[in-house]
Amino acid sequence: MTGRRRATGRRHVTRRAGGRAAAGASGMAAVGARARRLPGWVRRWYGANPLHLLALLAAFALAGYAVRAVIVAGQWRGFAVWFIVAIIAHDLLLFPLYTVADLPLRRLLPRHLTRRVTRPVTQPITQPVTPGEASETSPAPGPQPTVISPATVETGWDHLSAPATPAGPVTEQVAGPPLINYVRIPVAFSLLLLVVFFPLILGLSQPQYHRASGLGTGPYLWRWLAITGVMFAASAVTYAWRLRRLAARARHHLAARDAG
Amino acid sequence: MAGPTEPGQRTGQRAARLSRTARRAARRQRAARRRRALAASAAAERARVAALIRRGGQAARHPADHPPPGPFRPGAWRSPLRGLWLTSVLAAVLLAGLAIVTVTGLASYAAYDPLLPGNDQTPGAGLLKFYLFSWPTHPFWLYRVDQGVHITLGLALVPVVAAKLWSVLPRLFAWPPVRSLAQLLERLSLIMLVGGVLFEFATGILDIQNYYVFPFSFYTAHLYGAWVFIAGFVIHVTLKFPRMVRGLRSRRLLRELRTPLGATAPEEPDPAGLRAARPAAPTISRRGLLAAVGGASLTLAGLVVGQSIGGLSRRTALFGPRGLSATAPHYLPVNRTAASVGLTAADVGPAYRLTLTGARSVTLTREQLLALPQHAVQLPIACVEGWSVSCRWTGVRLADLARLAGMPAPAAARVESIQRVGSFRAAVLSAGQVADPQALLAVTVNGHVLPWDHGYPARTIIPNAPGVHNTKWVSKITFLEQA
Repeated sequence: MTGRRRATGRRHVTRRAGGRAAAGASGMAAVGARARRLPGWVRRWYGANPLHLLALLAAFALAGYAVRAVIVAGQWRGFAVWFIVAIIAHDLLLFPLYTVADLPLRRLLPRHLTRRVTRPVTQPITQPVTPGEASETSPAPGPQPTVISPATVETGWDHLSAPATPAGPVTEQVAGPPLINYVRIPVAFSLLLLVVFFPLILGLSQPQYHRASGLGTGPYLWRWLAITGVMFAASAVTYAWRLRRLAARARHHLAARDAG
Repeated sequence: MAGPTEPGQRTGQRAARLSRTARRAARRQRAARRRRALAASAAAERARVAALIRRGGQAARHPADHPPPGPFRPGAWRSPLRGLWLTSVLAAVLLAGLAIVTVTGLASYAAYDPLLPGNDQTPGAGLLKFYLFSWPTHPFWLYRVDQGVHITLGLALVPVVAAKLWSVLPRLFAWPPVRSLAQLLERLSLIMLVGGVLFEFATGILDIQNYYVFPFSFYTAHLYGAWVFIAGFVIHVTLKFPRMVRGLRSRRLLRELRTPLGATAPEEPDPAGLRAARPAAPTISRRGLLAAVGGASLTLAGLVVGQSIGGLSRRTALFGPRGLSATAPHYLPVNRTAASVGLTAADVGPAYRLTLTGARSVTLTREQLLALPQHAVQLPIACVEGWSVSCRWTGVRLADLARLAGMPAPAAARVESIQRVGSFRAAVLSAGQVADPQALLAVTVNGHVLPWDHGYPARTIIPNAPGVHNTKWVSKITFLEQA
């Protein structure tokens, strides 16, 4: 990966040197030649264009000046600790935690929920079955239900459904969209709120918050729980709605097929 | 005359037509050549990257090419969504967003007028004060908007920063860690960037919730940390801007927004190695991820912004520290209660005196203060913590008090509080702030006598000043001839 980066840097240098050489052609050949040589030499020693080094040194100088001010203020120790701990806490603690937390979620959750679509076959069907009717009908004995996945919904139905049975209701399973995002997005939103507002939610800043504002941190826990609940409910409703829509489309399609 | 010219004209026209077709053909040829060259370079790039990835997968001779197990192995990173385009989109949002947060923050520092003696809490800042100017009193809403944007946008960027760090985290474990001096310095500069952004976000977010767990002064550390961040931010943008532009051009945003999970494929391999070497099957579409990040941003912003807008929207600010909670009856948002500074009835009772010092010294009782000409203004109290509340204040103009003290045009004024402990118990106002006809020593708010928590018996209210420069429980104003 780093090799790639170096290669990019080299290309950059060559292009720049080429530009300089072009300028040199208009009467400053010696300068152009020197400019061509210099980045090459610096590149071998440094690994990039000299301007790269200059820009970085300028940035370090600015940051160094700010750190000098922290030292003057006599607060460098706490400052440095918080600075480094912030990086470690995110990159080596928070990040692995949420990555690891995602794995069992992916393994344990069912891939998707399904919904039964019953097709009462009374030859011939001319009208699609109205939605709502289907969900109340109990599964009928008959051929093994086929699972219709959302991918099928997107790509077309023609190849999939069971061959039209002569009579009697047929039950098919329609799969909803992958379940995982409907779980991990509300979880992520809820945890994000907790990470950002934990001093208020957990009441950790109660004394100072009360001294400052005259208010209490009490309500924040309930608000967080309420928002979490609302987000999970919204997620569930969205999922149910999408599953229902897929089922309706499947039913419509099957009915249309039987009719045709 | 027409005879000889006509054929000539015709020839000229034909020539022009010919040259036009020739030009068009040449243009087409050039375009085709450009396309071919582009395709060839893209193919070469792909082949080069593929070769690099292949080489990475094989056992190489050099020990530097033997990454330790775990995240250092290129194959350990599986997300099919990581790639140059996704990182570039997040980078573009952060480039704009963090620039605004930085500028509003630097403006807030200027709003504290640290150049006036007695206001400066950062005497060591030195050259970092280069841009400071006398903070104006107009428009009166500027500080309110500045801090509302600083806090709300800052919170909204939390998910974007998290997503951006997620998208580039494999780079942290690049192996070998260092290949050249240039790369070592560049990686070190990321400490300023990543450390800076996390430090600033952490301190800012804890401060608005009054959770003072840090072993330093927030005001000082947040300012100096900002400059470390600025150094890292500027150098990062300087070095990576071309790559970000290339990334943004590598895919079409609108097409991504129309691509469902089923059609989500990994990005092209990129020189930075952001795309996984062995991408897993996607569990969320790229648009789904962007929607989640954007939705989280809007949620965070939406849950606090009401505390800055005020009015009915304050009820929507469930997590604004002066949001929904601050809509309790008979409550006006404050950032320091009378109880917290140990104010007693004796301090503000009949024994209360206001001392004005200028060319002469004048001492006023509360009744004498009320007997002076009263003026009304509608002005916001806008806290550095982002909340603000617009109120109707009545009181005596500071300019009138300056005249009373025999100094009609002071260069500055030092306003002191009865408050004996705590920061910001005195503030130095500029000549412009004292002279502004809207700057009052207020005695009522929203038609009521000032509540204790709002600075009874008298407080200053200065248009466009940070909340804490509107000193409460004012006991002494010294008008200064020289700042």
